[in-house]
Amino acid sequence: MRRVRTTVPLAFPLALVVATGVLGTFFDRSTEIYFINSLVSVSMVVALYVFVGNSGVLSFGHMSFVAIGAWTAGVLSVPVEEKPATMPSLFGFLGDSTVGNIPSLLLAALVGGVFALVAGLPLMRLSGLAAGIATFAVLEITSNILRYYEKIGPGLNVFSSVPETTDLQQAAIGAAVAILVAFGYQVSRFGRQLRAARDDAPAARAVGISVYRQRLIAFALSGALAGFAGGLYVHFLPINVDAVYLDLTFLTLAMLVVGGMTSLWGAVVGALAVSGLDSVLAEAENGLGGIDLPAGSRTIVVGALMALVLILRPEGITGGREVRLGPLLRSRSQKEGAA
Amino acid sequence: MSGLLASGLTDFLRSAVDPQVQVDAIGIGAVYALMAVGIGLVFGVLRLVNFAYGQLVMAGAFALAFASDRDWPVWGGIVLCFAVVIALSMAMERVVFRPLRTQSAATMLVATFAVAFLLQAIALVIDQRDDTLGEPAASLARLNLPWVIFGTDVRKITVVAIVTAAVCLLALVLFLERTTVGLQMRAAAMDFQTARLLGVRANRVIGSAVFLSGVLAAIVAVMLTVQQPLVTSTFALRETIVVLAGVVVGGMNRLLSATLGGFAIGYASGLLGGALPTEQSQYLPSFLFGLVILTLLVRPAGLFTRGGGPVERV
Repeated sequence: MRRVRTTVPLAFPLALVVATGVLGTFFDRSTEIYFINSLVSVSMVVALYVFVGNSGVLSFGHMSFVAIGAWTAGVLSVPVEEKPATMPSLFGFLGDSTVGNIPSLLLAALVGGVFALVAGLPLMRLSGLAAGIATFAVLEITSNILRYYEKIGPGLNVFSSVPETTDLQQAAIGAAVAILVAFGYQVSRFGRQLRAARDDAPAARAVGISVYRQRLIAFALSGALAGFAGGLYVHFLPINVDAVYLDLTFLTLAMLVVGGMTSLWGAVVGALAVSGLDSVLAEAENGLGGIDLPAGSRTIVVGALMALVLILRPEGITGGREVRLGPLLRSRSQKEGAA
Repeated sequence: MSGLLASGLTDFLRSAVDPQVQVDAIGIGAVYALMAVGIGLVFGVLRLVNFAYGQLVMAGAFALAFASDRDWPVWGGIVLCFAVVIALSMAMERVVFRPLRTQSAATMLVATFAVAFLLQAIALVIDQRDDTLGEPAASLARLNLPWVIFGTDVRKITVVAIVTAAVCLLALVLFLERTTVGLQMRAAAMDFQTARLLGVRANRVIGSAVFLSGVLAAIVAVMLTVQQPLVTSTFALRETIVVLAGVVVGGMNRLLSATLGGFAIGYASGLLGGALPTEQSQYLPSFLFGLVILTLLVRPAGLFTRGGGPVERV
């Protein structure tokens, strides 16, 4: 019984992702991409959650790890014979080699994680606003270099001829993997130590927790997950550097906060709720069920609703808590006895 | 390699001391300092980083474009710009910031993202009514013409920016030092709870701060449209991001250090823009934000703050 209860916070997010994936199969290709997009968003927001949710430190830099992952997977998986046409000035081995779908995703995770580790080594000493701005500076520098340095990618152009392997199934599996890793981390002693430091840093230090080291571990792990999500993204759409820059940074952070910043459940619910709403409105702009919204009104509605949710439920839709069956299964007297 | 670096550095320094580069850098610094004051005033009383500040400036620029489209006189456009920006600033506080006043910094910041998102989307819809990208606001364009002073081209707007910034900052200092509301604002910025206990009215103090930050946003809108007469939905977005970084680098806890931070980052970006060789100038953001990271690592509490920050003890 106890084991069942501890895995409930894992089962619900997984079930939601699987349900989204299954639901998507009932639609035609043009609607299916909304479902794939939502699932890719889930993996990005879960990656962000691993650091932001557990440490309580805002990061504006995670889209740089998504970008690095996208660049790694994208550059490596374009077929060799197509590289000279789209990316003529690549470094030697990048131009000469190509890897398959799964290896490219794993490499994206590896490079994203190593990059986050290196960036985190100095930056994790900071906290509060200084940490926020420093992580943002990482995003600025990364985007700036990816935009103009054509030896490591397409520069300003979009990635063309990357195999589009991120279908509904792979997006759902990818999101599920991200959730499993995030859950495994948050129940490990590292995750618990970091959350202890988030809730009361002086007390955590007093029992011997190194806040710096725990933040660094979470930053590197969440960088790896973000790189992985970036790999999924580049295999889904022909993106360019602007697709993984400011707008996505704000959108993913908003998804996390709207869902509930401090729980995995909140990350998944927030990502699915905001991207689901966005998809419905996008369809409505094309005329759906008699409603015909004027073009551009979608972002207005999404922005207004995000502000509204935050005003009405500042802790997010889930209140930042994991799913618990306790209140449903146990009677009141038992609960009081346990407390 | 080191010889190459040294000669590159010498070239950089030689271009950096050029009076032309200096004047332009100070001009940018002046505008950024005004934005920093607007952001810092609201942060002082609300502990809120207002990311939507740039969209206030953008709304003002749209008002100027509206006026110039209808051939209003220049003063009419400026009056409209002030009215729109101040009204929007007050509305933002009333509708979004006030209900969230007691929430965590992260929630408030993301709420300002949502507002920024919303205003930008509205601006995009307005912009897309016609087929052209952006709305022209050209009534003040003649301020872009230069005066030649000792062989240096000084654009009129640079002089206007520096003088306006100096006048505004002086007026603000007088307001904060010499008026009751100013005193209350300083008290609230130090310790809001205690200030309230001593009879400072929260809504009045916050209202004045938001009003003043709106006035400053309107001034910045007028000055930025002179330099960028084509108003789009991303108008002033870039500047806001850089100023936010500058404000944190300078030190958010005091208005003076935040303002100096804004000036410093504007000045630094003007210097880098003027003095970097052409083939490297596309990497200007990397240089600028590299400096930001270095400064934050050396002085996390702020470049212009005195002493260390408070250390929490158990």
